Amino acid sequence: MALEAIIGLEVHAQLLTRSKMFCRCSTDPSAGPNTVVCPICTAMPGVLPVINRRAVELVVRTGLALNCSIASHSIFARKNYWYPDLPKNYQISQYELPLCRDGYLDIDVNGQKRRIRIRRVHLEEDTGKLYHTAGNESRIDFNRCGVPLMEIVSEPDMRSADEAREYLVALRQVLRYIGVCTGNMEEGSFRCEPNVNVRDTESGAKTGISELKNLNSFRAVHQSVDFEIARHTRLLQRGETVPRQTRRWHPSDESRGGYTDVMRSKEEAHDYRYFPEPDLVPMRIGDDWLSEIRAGMPELPQQKRERFVSQYALTPYDAGVLTQSLEFAQYFEAAVAACRAGQVAEAAKRVSKWLQGEMSRLLNETGQDIADVPARPEHVAELLELVEEGKLTGTIAKEVFEEMFRTGKPAPQIVSERGIEVVGDASELERIVDQVLADHAEVVAKVKSGKTQSKGFLVGQVMKATRGQAVPQIVNDIIDRRLGV
Amino acid sequence: MELFHRTAHELAELLRRKELSAVELCDAVLGRIEAVEPRVRAYVTVMADVAREQAKAVDARRAAGEDLPPLAGIPLAVKDNMCTVDAPTTCSSKVLEHFVAPYDATVVARARQAGCVFTGKTNLDEFAMGSSTENSAFFTTCNPWDLERAPGGSSGGSAAATAAGEAIIALGSDTGGSIRQPASFCSLVGLKPTYGRVSRYGLVAFASSLDQIGPLTKDVRDTALLMNLLAGHDPMDSTSADRPVPDLTELLGRDIRGIRIGVPKEFFAEGTDPEVANAVHAAIRQLESLGAIVGEASTPTVSYGLPTYYIIAPSEASSNLARFDGVRYGHRTSKPVADNVELYEQSRAESFGPEVQRRIMIGTYALSAGYYDAYYLKAQKVRTLLKRDFDKVFEQFDIIAWPTSPCLPFRFGERGDPLSMYMADVCTIPVNMVGIPAVSLPCGFSSGGLPIGIQLGASYFEEPKLLQVAYAYEQSAGFHARRAPLGASCGGEA
Repeated sequence: MALEAIIGLEVHAQLLTRSKMFCRCSTDPSAGPNTVVCPICTAMPGVLPVINRRAVELVVRTGLALNCSIASHSIFARKNYWYPDLPKNYQISQYELPLCRDGYLDIDVNGQKRRIRIRRVHLEEDTGKLYHTAGNESRIDFNRCGVPLMEIVSEPDMRSADEAREYLVALRQVLRYIGVCTGNMEEGSFRCEPNVNVRDTESGAKTGISELKNLNSFRAVHQSVDFEIARHTRLLQRGETVPRQTRRWHPSDESRGGYTDVMRSKEEAHDYRYFPEPDLVPMRIGDDWLSEIRAGMPELPQQKRERFVSQYALTPYDAGVLTQSLEFAQYFEAAVAACRAGQVAEAAKRVSKWLQGEMSRLLNETGQDIADVPARPEHVAELLELVEEGKLTGTIAKEVFEEMFRTGKPAPQIVSERGIEVVGDASELERIVDQVLADHAEVVAKVKSGKTQSKGFLVGQVMKATRGQAVPQIVNDIIDRRLGV
Repeated sequence: MELFHRTAHELAELLRRKELSAVELCDAVLGRIEAVEPRVRAYVTVMADVAREQAKAVDARRAAGEDLPPLAGIPLAVKDNMCTVDAPTTCSSKVLEHFVAPYDATVVARARQAGCVFTGKTNLDEFAMGSSTENSAFFTTCNPWDLERAPGGSSGGSAAATAAGEAIIALGSDTGGSIRQPASFCSLVGLKPTYGRVSRYGLVAFASSLDQIGPLTKDVRDTALLMNLLAGHDPMDSTSADRPVPDLTELLGRDIRGIRIGVPKEFFAEGTDPEVANAVHAAIRQLESLGAIVGEASTPTVSYGLPTYYIIAPSEASSNLARFDGVRYGHRTSKPVADNVELYEQSRAESFGPEVQRRIMIGTYALSAGYYDAYYLKAQKVRTLLKRDFDKVFEQFDIIAWPTSPCLPFRFGERGDPLSMYMADVCTIPVNMVGIPAVSLPCGFSSGGLPIGIQLGASYFEEPKLLQVAYAYEQSAGFHARRAPLGASCGGEA
């Protein structure tokens, strides 16, 4: 048996519009329960939907970013099913003639380039949220009801959990770049439902597709897909049939590892009784409108990566890290542009190193977004220039950077407030310190053994060697670091 | 003639000249309601207090020298499937028995703005599904011309109220003939405008692609005046047409010499009451004598109108009515239920009437997987063929003329079998399927004194020409001047 996994992904992304899909209510996710609702999104008798033009634009934008063909003529359809979080008992969605179809997204999996085809991208409305209380009582919050939702359906082109995750990461990056979705999985603004089955490439035998639900992180997607591949493989190898099912993922806990179980079998599958939505007229995406949307398209992640490599002479790896988020890439470019001295490539290399090093470390530690960091790109450029000119040592610069990161003060201000006299050449000073330490090994040994008062002697020697021009505090710092005390 | 029997344009003139106050007129109509409503039963809700307040406000504005819209102070009845903030909107259904909308339908808002005085909400077949008001969950409305007969439907309450003098003018809705057939049965003028001419926002949907609101009045001029108020684009309804609204009174009185009138032979099919056919043919001869050029037209696919309507309308209805599930609206079953599905099923079974349930089932079936192509999709294709037929007819003719109803107003219970009731709409349904405007107007009476209506149709947005021809006929024939005698008893029971 030569088995191969077949994976397709359905992604639901909430669109970043200010108002809902078919009414004027706000999409504010922080509003109190049932405070951003109106007769339209709660399906009062007699109300009618009106299409949110901005939402259509954002889907077309997505279609363009995913290399889709954009429909010049597109319609909405009613998807009829009964559920209390759906006040009309039908969802306005798209069935025939979706806005975008037949696109692709290129991804990089362990150094291999893979092209994942996109079947369709369509527009629909979100449902409300149900809350089941401890008693036998359910409550409904209709705030989310009618929030514009985009569905992106891939072809079953992925062959491993790694590919599924990479596709999802790359897709989210694109959606964030083009400003259509926050991409937040935990909050549910970016949801994923993988379809998984396994095929024997020799006999052509296939298992029934599992549609996986309840995945709210990349990790969950990866683990659940892996779990299903293993399950299907095992059953197929045993010669058992695997029925088509909707399965729910249960993340691992203390008692057991993550697993899936059956939510619905195919026999219970819905008949959605789709038909064209008679309350809405067909959408026409004219050439003018399409050109306008095209003209407003930002640079996409892949384009940016390639440009970073050619423009800044960065390695593809560095370019990839720096372009992971649009804000990070923008910060990088602004910092490089603010560097006055030297060649662009050199400046880029320095900025890249600092952003991937200190900046990333501090962002991770504080959980901040780079866009919210008080230190601006020009401050970073200024600091790096001080280092470059030899006015600050690397280690001192890191301290200055940390304060800059917290306060947003420019480097020269921090330096003067701390009494760090920027005179002489920092690396020269370090050289002198090293010389003094080498000349007085016995004193060094004393300090290391705990007699820290002897350190004053070493500082004095350095001051003497520099004829008093060095700043004692800096000298102290350098000695401390060298001796590791 | 009593005030309540006069037309809106006559009364508007008296109001304008201050020979009559809106309060006096309002009291006259409310008095009439008190006198005859127990026999006619046109209203689900009489809005006496609201009406008096509105009439007072109009008088105050006029006294202050304000220049008021033409229909300010005119008592208007509203079919009870259009939302009003100050009265329940029941759709004559138990499901919405206590529902008060938090908003006005666009047409209601426009009428309110124009100073119309709301007499009340009128009875209808439940959710506008029917042709007699016998399907109302509350009670049956009687035809003021013969209280033992149906006023037609589904806008039977609006028609009966206007014919009985319980309102001066009224709003109806027409999905398959629900304005025109009651107009014909009650000797009124009833216009189903071009689809998209009037906003549907706030009209509780029956079949979205067919529903259209329009006037029920005593003469063509009143219809023109009320349409001037109703017509126009509404940003809240994307199916409403964004195009200019001509003054429909402008062409009234112009002669109709040279206007080409087609008579579609298929509409005089077997089963048309001979008295109806005779009256309509006589009316067509009269139009000819006024200078119109009359010829035979053909719409070969028209016989498919009725069967395809009974696929499309129930399909849309099955989805439109899904929201009435007992979770938020109206009746929720008091029986213990195991889950949501049972809650829906039990609540809906207990609260929807048999005709509504029948149509929901037909529509659900027609949209189901495996049947969609054979029914809904096929019906939509036939609809396209119907449109082509009518397009061709309008290449040759300006106006088409045929009966509104193949039969005279029938007795209660006479059409108990649903299919024979559906057949009553055979002449009106194709118009909705195609989307063109059509008006029914009085063209005579049967030997037994029952009203007969002629239907005139025109191409899309040709309401001005349509009413021009209707007006010319009406003025020369004069049937519009007669008023219902209002007999002594009422045969209809809920």
